[in-house]
Amino acid sequence: MLALVPGFMQGTADSVQSALSENATIILLSIYVLMLAIFLGFELIGKVPATLHTPLMSGTNAIHGIVVLGAMIILGSIHGSAAIDNVLKVLAFIAVVLGSANVFGGFVVTDRMLEMFKRKPASGKAGGK
Amino acid sequence: MDWILDNRALLINIAYLGSAVCFIIGLKLLGSPATARKGNQIAAAGMAIAVIATLFMPGMANIILILIALAIGAVIAVFPARTVKMTAMPQMVAIFNGMGGATAALISLVEFEHKAGIGRGEIISIVLGLIIGSISFSGSMVAFGKLQELISGRAISYPSQQQINIILGIAVVALAAIVVLLTQTSLTLFLIVLLFIVALVLGVLIVLPIGGADMPVVIAVLNSMTGVAAALTGFVLNNQALIIAGILVGASGAFLTLLMAKAMNRSVTNVLFGAWGAAAVAGGGAAGETPELPMREITPDDAAVPLAYAEKVIIVPGYGLAVAQAQHAVRELAETLQARGVNVRYAIHPVAGRMPGHMNVLLAEANVPYDDLYEMEQINDDFANTDVAIVVGANDVTNPAARDDPASPIYGMPILNVDQAKTIYVLKRGRGAGFAGIENMLFHDAKTSMLFGDAKDSLSKLNVAVREA
Repeated sequence: MLALVPGFMQGTADSVQSALSENATIILLSIYVLMLAIFLGFELIGKVPATLHTPLMSGTNAIHGIVVLGAMIILGSIHGSAAIDNVLKVLAFIAVVLGSANVFGGFVVTDRMLEMFKRKPASGKAGGK
Repeated sequence: MDWILDNRALLINIAYLGSAVCFIIGLKLLGSPATARKGNQIAAAGMAIAVIATLFMPGMANIILILIALAIGAVIAVFPARTVKMTAMPQMVAIFNGMGGATAALISLVEFEHKAGIGRGEIISIVLGLIIGSISFSGSMVAFGKLQELISGRAISYPSQQQINIILGIAVVALAAIVVLLTQTSLTLFLIVLLFIVALVLGVLIVLPIGGADMPVVIAVLNSMTGVAAALTGFVLNNQALIIAGILVGASGAFLTLLMAKAMNRSVTNVLFGAWGAAAVAGGGAAGETPELPMREITPDDAAVPLAYAEKVIIVPGYGLAVAQAQHAVRELAETLQARGVNVRYAIHPVAGRMPGHMNVLLAEANVPYDDLYEMEQINDDFANTDVAIVVGANDVTNPAARDDPASPIYGMPILNVDQAKTIYVLKRGRGAGFAGIENMLFHDAKTSMLFGDAKDSLSKLNVAVREA
């Protein structure tokens, strides 16, 4: 599904053969990862009490902030300083800002929710953070 | 030292592996109340590892810019996240989710415009990431607007709604197909921007017609979508950390969506594609035509005596409690009653409030003992031998029509059997129908008395009156 086309178009018959099988291996591995991650995602959530649904949604919300890595890599890959490069740099910069906000905000909000769960019922003293 | 430099890419990938393990363990621990906080912290640690490792990627330019951007994001997010009221949590989640979606969309856009000679496989990932990310962003912003009540929480409909959505949907598919077929040309460099804009509009129009009561499910769907968008950018950038974390969120988010929809006894497609909105509007219209049904009003002083001498009381909190910030007031009333020897419990409907677990979070904030909170299945049979049920700003989750009236739009949704209690007090802001716009026969029941007004105010008055009783 991914880089199916690149390696395919370049090189002689021999290298086409090896590029094909190498590509196929990479794709197959990626599909393995994809499949296992899907099952894992389902499995991990399976037995969660309703009480934790909101914090869990918030927690997974923070984890997809991982997309900030993509934004960092993109911003890090723009070298030129032509007008178009500057426009793209600004867009990538905004992407890093938003991704970073997703990460920090997501984890902090989740932590605040869970902080409240942690308090033991019996020792519910005021101000006991 | 040389070895480290030579094998930087390998080391970064090992770091990514470590952070993936952190996310998996974190998610696992998030599944149980005792370990949830630690789980979140472990996931955060995984994120820190991944971000730091990425900074050391070979050939990274603009490092200073990246650090500045990261810092700005942290500052604009941490302050509101720390200070926002617990009632506004669902909105916060919506907004942070939207930011993630926007990030994925921007990455796709910039990558397409910037990187020369992208293969068709990558373009498919780019286009999908762009569409899903954009819809997730604009949809989340509308969800935020609805929850914050900047936009009406009611299902909004306008003429030819379905046709417009279908046309936009077709436009998205067509633009995507053209971009994929033509790959990078001066035309597609423009068309992809158009695709970005159309997808944004589509996101707005998809969420706009969905009633506010369904926002939890919508946010869960959008959350899952952002995960998938993140994974797609991972395919484009060939970054395993993005793929694994994104898919984990996509899959767990999808499962969470199913759990939430199940709690409301509705299918996800039913939530997303309008049947509910249409039915609710129809129900509201019908209710408007029927003559005003009687409601019995009561003062706090009148309500105090039966409460003070009750043996068993069940409190049913709903979104009204959250709006009025009444979680402390309700805890104080419960404590006063408990001091008099009354058995006080809380019945939590799985979708009370605007997110599953919303009420648990709020009541936990007010130091309500965890053991006093009961889930619907645990407590539903006890209403029959309960002296007083106090409904604080809950509506649809107590509506007996869901159990008894097959014509009702919420028929089949599991409800709390509040109507079986011996006496029912309903604390409510005004006489209007609930968030979903459906008449609640519980309010007209002979055993029910209504206490109109701000929930916090009513609860404190009740508390004073009970002390004096």
